[in-house]
Amino acid sequence: MLKTRIIPVLYLMNGLIVRSEGFREFKVIGNPINQLERLNDWLADELVYIDITRDGDYDLRRDDMKLKGADDVIGILRQISKSAFMPLTFGGRIKSIEDVDSFIHNGADKVLINSQAYHQPGLVTEVAEKYGSQAMVVGIDVHREGDGHAMYVDQGRTRVDDDPLAYARQAEERGAGEIMLNSIDRDGSAEGYDTDIISAMAAAVRIPVIACGGVGTFEHFRPGIDKGHASAVAAGNIFHFTENAYKRAKKQLHRRGYNVRYPNDI
Amino acid sequence: MIGVVSFGMGNIGSVCNALEHLGHTPLIASAPEDLDKADRIILPGVGAFPAAMTRLSTSGFLDALNDQVREKGKPVLGICLGMQLLAETGTEFGDCAGLGWISGRVEIIPRGSSDLRLPQIGWNELVLKDNAQLFANIEGDTSCYFVHSYQLLPTDPSDIVATVDYGGPVTAAVQRDHIFGAQFHPEKSARVGLAVLDNFAKV
Repeated sequence: MLKTRIIPVLYLMNGLIVRSEGFREFKVIGNPINQLERLNDWLADELVYIDITRDGDYDLRRDDMKLKGADDVIGILRQISKSAFMPLTFGGRIKSIEDVDSFIHNGADKVLINSQAYHQPGLVTEVAEKYGSQAMVVGIDVHREGDGHAMYVDQGRTRVDDDPLAYARQAEERGAGEIMLNSIDRDGSAEGYDTDIISAMAAAVRIPVIACGGVGTFEHFRPGIDKGHASAVAAGNIFHFTENAYKRAKKQLHRRGYNVRYPNDI
Repeated sequence: MIGVVSFGMGNIGSVCNALEHLGHTPLIASAPEDLDKADRIILPGVGAFPAAMTRLSTSGFLDALNDQVREKGKPVLGICLGMQLLAETGTEFGDCAGLGWISGRVEIIPRGSSDLRLPQIGWNELVLKDNAQLFANIEGDTSCYFVHSYQLLPTDPSDIVATVDYGGPVTAAVQRDHIFGAQFHPEKSARVGLAVLDNFAKV
């Protein structure tokens, strides 16, 4: 049987790995290249890197942070793909098919496109036709509003009127191979997944849904699987701030009878 | 040297990275004659079956592969779509002739129960046939990484050397003589996948 994937998400800002909270507060926690060894030790099912550098920020910050500039993300990808023999998804700041070409040609297996999939829906189809649906992950950011959920684009800054479920179905029709669903209000909250929207979305589409946002303890993965019916459960912060978090999360799920990949090396 | 066929269908960088990591020497074959220097061949591929066959044909790789694999007997490993191309017939967007090295057809995975999601994306545990060369010396969890909606169904079931359970048995790997195929991505399947590539490099 297909395993439920446990996916570490790494947020990149100006070429560094950061912790994200509510899409607004960020704290630098490491250098992606230095973390490579750790990533391999994790024996992760998959890695998702999201560049959340604000548009225009690169030039402002690069001097004081001694970074090489916007091309860094491609450089990071190139190095990672040399020694990480697992699926790699890169996203954030993708505006055009040329951006996608650059990620795929440098070792990404999939691209994650969020805002631009909304502003330019044809891009989803273009990517799917060029590289296959499996390479096209559409990101959807939601924020709880009363009993429902509103959808946001532009890194959580712009609220749009679209229903997230209807939008997800459209994305599927356009060629998306997976949906990565992130809850803005749960991001960095450590309150657990918003399983209401996850389960609604998993029911709304026939492509895999990756749940993200809110994991603060190992206990939080299970509701994403049981109640959310997500095909994959993703998290950011917990994997950085808890010692051996990835292995421990896997171990705990495995012990409880969950169908997760459990290599001997763990 | 292991010739990796570069015919514009997917990313061959990861396959080359994995071979180098294992200490083997990949040879990126961008032109059919490059395969002369290879002692074995990997045919990767991502995308649609008919588009891939058209590319193989127009690039001259189709004739070269038939010569290298059929006539000269060099071992070949098809990966993902590359494995499906080994079949006689593909059915994605209508019937389309494949390489025809393994008798059989490529069909969409039966959806059966309505909650089966296609493509199958993720790690699934291989059920191995005894003594399969590709899987020598692999122990423990045999999960590999899959991304596909279609599967190769050989006419002779003994060509199947591994399956996975996805709404029923789905072909995960095939072998007929020196012709091998992996539906999963060994270059993305961590320890198990690297072992498969290493085994192929030694057949």
